[in-house]
Amino acid sequence: MKVLIKGGRLLDPASNTDGERDVLVDGATIAAVGPNIEPPGDAKVVDASGLWVMPGLIDMHVHLREPGQEYKENIATGTLAAAAGGFTTVCCMANTDPVNDTPAVTEFILKKALKEGSARVLPVGAVSKGLEGKELAEMGEMQAAGTIAASDDGRSVMDVRLMRRALEYARGLDLLIISHPEDHNLTRHGVIHEGEVSTRLGLDGMPAQAEEIAVARELSLLELTRGRLHFAHVSTRGAVQAIKRAKDRGLAATAEVTPHHFTLTHEATAAYDPDFKMNPPLRPEEDIKALKEGLADGTIDAIATDHAPHAPWEKEVEFVYAPFGVVGLETALAVTMRLVDEGVLELLDAVKKLTSGPAKILGIDAGRLSEGAVADIVLFDPGKSWVVDPEAFLSKGKNSAFKGMTLKGAVALTLFEGNPVFDPEGLVS
Amino acid sequence: MEFKKRHLLGIEDLDRDNISFILETAASFKEVSQRLIKKVPTLRGRSVVLIFYEPSTRTRVSFEMAAKRLSADTFSLSKATSSVTKGETLLDTAKNVEAMAPDLIVIRHPAAGAPHFLAQRLSCGVINAGDGAHEHPSQALLDMLTVKEHLGRIEGLKIVILGDISHSRVARSNILGFTRMGARVVVSGPATMIPPGIENLGAQVDLNPDRALEGADVVMALRIQKERQDESLFPTLREYSIHYGVNLARLKRAKEGALVMHPGPINRGVELDPAVADGPYSVILDQVANGVAVRMALLFLLMGGGKA
Repeated sequence: MKVLIKGGRLLDPASNTDGERDVLVDGATIAAVGPNIEPPGDAKVVDASGLWVMPGLIDMHVHLREPGQEYKENIATGTLAAAAGGFTTVCCMANTDPVNDTPAVTEFILKKALKEGSARVLPVGAVSKGLEGKELAEMGEMQAAGTIAASDDGRSVMDVRLMRRALEYARGLDLLIISHPEDHNLTRHGVIHEGEVSTRLGLDGMPAQAEEIAVARELSLLELTRGRLHFAHVSTRGAVQAIKRAKDRGLAATAEVTPHHFTLTHEATAAYDPDFKMNPPLRPEEDIKALKEGLADGTIDAIATDHAPHAPWEKEVEFVYAPFGVVGLETALAVTMRLVDEGVLELLDAVKKLTSGPAKILGIDAGRLSEGAVADIVLFDPGKSWVVDPEAFLSKGKNSAFKGMTLKGAVALTLFEGNPVFDPEGLVS
Repeated sequence: MEFKKRHLLGIEDLDRDNISFILETAASFKEVSQRLIKKVPTLRGRSVVLIFYEPSTRTRVSFEMAAKRLSADTFSLSKATSSVTKGETLLDTAKNVEAMAPDLIVIRHPAAGAPHFLAQRLSCGVINAGDGAHEHPSQALLDMLTVKEHLGRIEGLKIVILGDISHSRVARSNILGFTRMGARVVVSGPATMIPPGIENLGAQVDLNPDRALEGADVVMALRIQKERQDESLFPTLREYSIHYGVNLARLKRAKEGALVMHPGPINRGVELDPAVADGPYSVILDQVANGVAVRMALLFLLMGGGKA
């Protein structure tokens, strides 16, 4: 099938392009990009005037919950939610049941994704067997089976010796290690950020230092081992500053931030609503400011959702007992665009954090819109306002911290390898 | 004045007028407990369900007695005797209780915010009888009533709260309540037990307990929870009692005739020296007696008794 996307504003950070261009898709590939492309006779023409045309987004941090917790989400629904949010590539974390710590689980995920997925699924394998932080998982075998990185996400590798070995060993494989930076000894029993709000609510706190100590430790290890290290969901000023200094020294460290962490403060938890309970927790205003500065100066390379769906009844409990995590795939792009409206990021820079930024960290050829590239494309209507209604999500998870918020800009069409995987207005289908 | 609230979730939601009104109403109910026949028909035909997911002696008996003295019917649920042991969630339990049309639910729960969770989802009124380390509003009200009775006023007094402020719902509610009524509240204890930003609730912090006690009108000691010993909040109970326990020598720093209070249950010889706990300035049992009156007032007001 040929599709000609005509008259849209093309935003491609990889080629630093912001201007009116047509895009011709032939099968799974972008056949041509340029001004005023004549539609071939057999092409479906999509009128994209007034719309933004961007590379399919890349979310390097999601939880698809399959295998094992399909009642929360599965590969089919998680990738549908991705498509609805403009994402064509997602990296799924290893904390499934069983844990993705063997090539067999990796292969299962990839096979399911190929069969049922609406987006490209790149599994992240575990660093340690069973995420227990005791012995290394077979990172090399999993990489051969198709993992893109290794992480014990959800937990920190608390044994510093094991983390050292993981970084060293992964270096030999040229495999990215993703750190969930948290010193669990400091966060034990904690459910929200430790500060005036936790004190007022009588909830056990998680101090910012739990993250900052872990970031400092990983960076110190990276100095020793070299290799490639990426920080998941950075949330504090101290963490941003430490990563900035490390980058200035030339260490191969990268970082991501989630839309909820750069948008909401810990005051949002004041009504004990478990939809605002996640790990790391929402932080005070000054941390948000630092996260925005980190995005603007390039310390933070990517925006990732940490999409963590839970069943409604799991969140409909006392705050303390509710599981950590919020969904994010279907709101991330519009929430990111708020940064452009606020003047934090230039438009192309904002798109970069969701496309070529993560592509570069992962070392994949995706997130670009040029001739010969794979036809992962998202059309975005920048003027359309909508109110976030979790019940309307395609994800099984309705646990959104953005519920009820009015967002500007909505996905109009998502093409994954040339196929319309999200096309609410029937532009192509 | 009219009392329009349906729930009592915390002192946080009460202003000075609300607190004064509750205390006046409570004072007027005290007389009922002194009669030979300790019962008035005020709430006949109304029903109160007590959901207690934590052990409690004083609060539970006090609420039950308060309800019965007003002729309301009471029903009690505890964790051990309810379907919680079969895995039923709080919401399901509460919705089932609600289906039986009670007028009010009184809940004690180890998780902060549990009463708020129910209040948002149920049609009946909810009283917070203690939620985790968050609030224990009826305790603060009975403490204020006790102080007012003994010292004639609350405004301008210096109230010192000693102990584990971090994990104390009694401390939070009393800080909010006494400061709203014009008193000065100073908290003291090991620095490991003073949470960040407690000043924002209105308390002053003095880590030196002797200095904190200077000129105090009221000394309130909090229970040291022995089950928290493994969290290294202080080295030993012995050291705690020496450095932070209220004994006769330390009490001399407070004003002559200062009241000694404790929300119970007491660890004698830890946070309170027996000579203090059972001494002439202790009003601990008055607190308990006032608990019934305050809870009668709360049940009465929340079930519409305050409406003209």
